[in-house]
Amino acid sequence: MKDISIVIAGEAGQGVQTVEEILVGILKKSGYHICATKEYESRVRGGSNSTQIRISDHQVAAFVDHIDLLIPFNAEAFNHCVHRLSANTIIIIDPANKIENMDVNGSQVIEVKMQELAKEMGNAIYVNTIIVGIVTGLFLADKEVASNLLQTKFNKKGEEIVKQNIDAFESGFSLGEEITRSGKFKQVLVPDKNVKTDILINGAQAVGLGAIAGGCNFISAYPMSPSTGVLQFLAANSNDFEIVIDQAEDEIAALNKTVAAWYAGARALASTSGGGFALMTEALSLAGMMESPAVLHIAQRPGPATGLPTRTAQEDLNLVLYAGHGEFQRIIFAPGTIEEAFYLTQRAFNIADQYQVPVFILTDQDFVDRYNNIPELNITDIKIEKHHVKTEDDYQRYKFTDNGLSPRGIPGYGKGLVRADSDEHDEQGHITEDMDYIRPEMVKKRFYKRLELIEKIAELPTWYGPENPKLAIICWGSTLPAIKESVEINDRNDVAIVHFHQIYPLPADIKKFIEKKNPKKMILVEANASGQFANLLKIHADISIPNESLHLRFSGKPFSVEEITEIIEKEAE
Amino acid sequence: MIDFTAKDYDMPHSKAWCPGCGHFLVHKILREAIAEMKMSPDNIVFVSGIGQAAKMPQYIKGHMFNGLHGRALPAAMAIKASNPQLEVIVNSGDGCLYGEGGNHFLAQIERNSDITVFAHNNMIYGLTKGQGSPTSPKGLVTPVQIDGVTNETFNPLAVAIAMGATFVARVFPGNAEQTKHVFKEAIKHRGFALVDMFVQCVSMNKTNTFKWYKENTYELDADHNQGDKIAAFTRALQSDPYPTGIFFKENQKATFEENCAAYKNNSQPLYERDFDMKKLKKLIDARRE
Repeated sequence: MKDISIVIAGEAGQGVQTVEEILVGILKKSGYHICATKEYESRVRGGSNSTQIRISDHQVAAFVDHIDLLIPFNAEAFNHCVHRLSANTIIIIDPANKIENMDVNGSQVIEVKMQELAKEMGNAIYVNTIIVGIVTGLFLADKEVASNLLQTKFNKKGEEIVKQNIDAFESGFSLGEEITRSGKFKQVLVPDKNVKTDILINGAQAVGLGAIAGGCNFISAYPMSPSTGVLQFLAANSNDFEIVIDQAEDEIAALNKTVAAWYAGARALASTSGGGFALMTEALSLAGMMESPAVLHIAQRPGPATGLPTRTAQEDLNLVLYAGHGEFQRIIFAPGTIEEAFYLTQRAFNIADQYQVPVFILTDQDFVDRYNNIPELNITDIKIEKHHVKTEDDYQRYKFTDNGLSPRGIPGYGKGLVRADSDEHDEQGHITEDMDYIRPEMVKKRFYKRLELIEKIAELPTWYGPENPKLAIICWGSTLPAIKESVEINDRNDVAIVHFHQIYPLPADIKKFIEKKNPKKMILVEANASGQFANLLKIHADISIPNESLHLRFSGKPFSVEEITEIIEKEAE
Repeated sequence: MIDFTAKDYDMPHSKAWCPGCGHFLVHKILREAIAEMKMSPDNIVFVSGIGQAAKMPQYIKGHMFNGLHGRALPAAMAIKASNPQLEVIVNSGDGCLYGEGGNHFLAQIERNSDITVFAHNNMIYGLTKGQGSPTSPKGLVTPVQIDGVTNETFNPLAVAIAMGATFVARVFPGNAEQTKHVFKEAIKHRGFALVDMFVQCVSMNKTNTFKWYKENTYELDADHNQGDKIAAFTRALQSDPYPTGIFFKENQKATFEENCAAYKNNSQPLYERDFDMKKLKKLIDARRE
């Protein structure tokens, strides 16, 4: 198995994202597996941003520290990445960008006069397309595929622009091809024709697609990095799928609107990050009191407060777990793969509707911004389950039942009146202060009985690897691909991974499930300082991971494969 | 169409309002208005936040969304956007709509969400026992504003007109005839309708009493041009005495729902619609290209 890690770095606004976008399309269509992760500063121009594109002959889905090929747009970009270089890294630079004190071997550096070439093509902006050409050429990838993609991409801008871009691409392509043919860059990957028809998708799009597949027809959201991709994905598809799009005045409004939309029969999604969700906690409590379905996507980023807006973390698990005054239930999912994000978000709409609880999809910046190719999203078994009922004259929204679920009516469907209340209420929904019977019964309904129901459908974690392992690595959410890749490339047949895609509630038999697999040692990996998931396991599953076995990172960077390898080497010896 | 009397819209529960409270009169006139309009309770959603005025939906027959303090308007907007066939009527107080919910007030006006807002403006926080509200007159002494209110008084009508609200009115329910007429016009209006209502709080505001409102209001003259925004704005700035009636009305502007992609080619409420799996397949396959 082989793969090459390419990093393209420059200022915000110089075109790093455009290069990423076009390049991943070309390389995927040429038969290479792709994983693209971007890291960027919270600004629109300037600074140092980079994108890592891993090109591989097998599926890869994680961030790696090492760089095989670096293309810096300027000296700052080079310095931004210099700590990740090795003696094997090839660096393609423009001699016009005078980079001083480059502490690398001369043979590692390939100079290409990109800027001069771009000006010859008619505009300095063509540097981006030239770089796309160079990388495509390095991989001797399909030139025609590239021309078609450029055609589509620039079609709207007119024939002239299309032609100039294709010319720029071709001149870059020849340069790249020449570098590989001369042996300066070793291209060892064999394309796989099956990849050509793979789905190219990032985490935000997977959540958005899952929402659409769940019948989502209403979103109210306030833009907030790194969650905004989901709102934009739904907006882009709002005509085809008849989705009400509301850019809310604030997150407080967004979740109130989400709850009220469900009340009136919509299938609504709220999407935000930690700070926005902090504002939503009041309305989350409203959902609890009203026994309202709600689906919330939270893309985490490092806090507290504004923190690092464009970086990654798993710091908001506690917030999501405990948010909202008063006591009520919720379900929390944390997908580890694109496929999980799609299927869990889809399912979230059905179970929110069925069990009348808020359901969370907890992701993070690393997850939502990461592109992957996947062979298929199988939708043949997908159903949109609508659980609301047609009401009769004597309808009572909060009718007491054995299992605690009252059939959910919606206004306008049937003869009954649907009366939802944020005050403590009787079965009809009318405000009450009866503390002898109604209040305790309503609490049991919302809290104990609901928990009993949602515990029954709680899913076990996925166990990857052998039983009786020397080491079991517990993880949740977005860290799965890095851990999985590390175990695989190091042939650690003695290491297992326990990945939780459902965080809360945990299935009742979770402790037994893990004990049966009999790991000699358990460690836990997560991206926060306090071991939030470790605490959850202790409180809710009676599973204790000692402090010295917690591998916590809170830099704002995603876990790299190399970092996980170090942890495994230390812990499994 | 059905035949209802105002009595039929009453709920059997006892009302948690003080004797002589201004909300009683609104409760009566509103029921009369919707009865005369022959509106079926199963087609109206009464939305409110929290406060004494916000208890109104508890006491009227219809669907009810009794939400959070300050958050009545986002909820009302979302209900209308999810099912435009429902009539959505908001009843809440000045603290809820103009104080805690101030940003929501502006934002729902901007959208021209097709909802009717009855703002029970008693110029005081009643349920929390008499603190200053955004509409309290300067100088009003309260347990918090012990030397009198010093904040500038919030002018909901002027703000609504400035923000582009398409129906802006004020009533004094002591003038029952005008109030009922304005209620009907507001409900009929396509777009965001604000009716600010001067109601007395008998327990907590001894300054702005029923008598005071009566003495300090007058009906807008018959020749007031409801389509003239500048005239409306000028009238909205008047006090001592305060004009009542419809200040401004505009019928041309599209509503939020009309602007939604979801209703471009389909007027069905969202819950009635079926999902097209073929379209989903197409969307997934588009990502292979």
